[in-house]
Amino acid sequence: MKKATVNQRECVACGVCVKICPRRAISIFHGICADVDEDLCIGCSKCQKACPASVIQVVQKEVAS
Amino acid sequence: MNKWNEYLWIFSAIYLALGFFNILFAWIGLICFFTPLLLSITGKGKIYCNRYCGRGQLFELLGGRLKLSSSRTIPAFIRSKWFRYGFLAFFMTMFGIMIFSTYLVYNGTNDLKEVVTLLWTIRLPWNWTNTSSVSPWIAQFAFGFYSIMLTSTILGLITMILFKPRSWCVYCPMGTMTQGISMLKYKWKEKQDGTAGKRNSRFTEGYGQSAQIDDFVLPDRKANECQRNT
Repeated sequence: MKKATVNQRECVACGVCVKICPRRAISIFHGICADVDEDLCIGCSKCQKACPASVIQVVQKEVAS
Repeated sequence: MNKWNEYLWIFSAIYLALGFFNILFAWIGLICFFTPLLLSITGKGKIYCNRYCGRGQLFELLGGRLKLSSSRTIPAFIRSKWFRYGFLAFFMTMFGIMIFSTYLVYNGTNDLKEVVTLLWTIRLPWNWTNTSSVSPWIAQFAFGFYSIMLTSTILGLITMILFKPRSWCVYCPMGTMTQGISMLKYKWKEKQDGTAGKRNSRFTEGYGQSAQIDDFVLPDRKANECQRNT
């Protein structure tokens, strides 16, 4: 399953990904960085394309059993 | 139907235009200065950047919908901490110099200079507005503040064209400041009672009560980063 992952050390918390996510899977944690709810994320890559800092990557993740 | 806050780009566009008609309108820009700071100090995080920043929306509109952006990846150094905080320090220094020159006009040392300085170097004569109705220092601040606003808009437009639409947000001094305030507040809350983050269970699982803001990456994210790096 593909999921969006954020390099939270370099995330600027601008909120572009929050707006663009069709599943509302991303929130800004205390104004510090973006946080992806992996249960909601469908790995569509929209946030990856939109992120102005390019700190989001959609990567293959193993599905938890 | 869009929400009212999605039209704030109109406010930003009008603000920039008004400065060409009467420089004194530049004072309105202080709203964009104090609102984000007050919101982050009162614990609202970066809600200003996220929802109410008219300038960000303007770049989104020009770069995104009007396709003026090349949408290339921003160079990694721009998002690095030293660059962002360095730019903030530079910006605040220039802001301080602007306040000092306003003070020099206020106490009569200097005369009012009717110029708008672009990119801290290019001095544009801006003498078509009659500012005699107000004290010279009020006009001087307006010229200085409008210079800052116009300069940052130009920088934002350049990076919008070169990189992704909202590239300005990556190194925006206000954004860096509000994020810094949010981090300090979170850290302080954690120290106080360890309750910060409990609203979000995924974060408490990751860090518990000893979240290291300087190293703000969840354990599973760290694993992903390692995967990408190898």
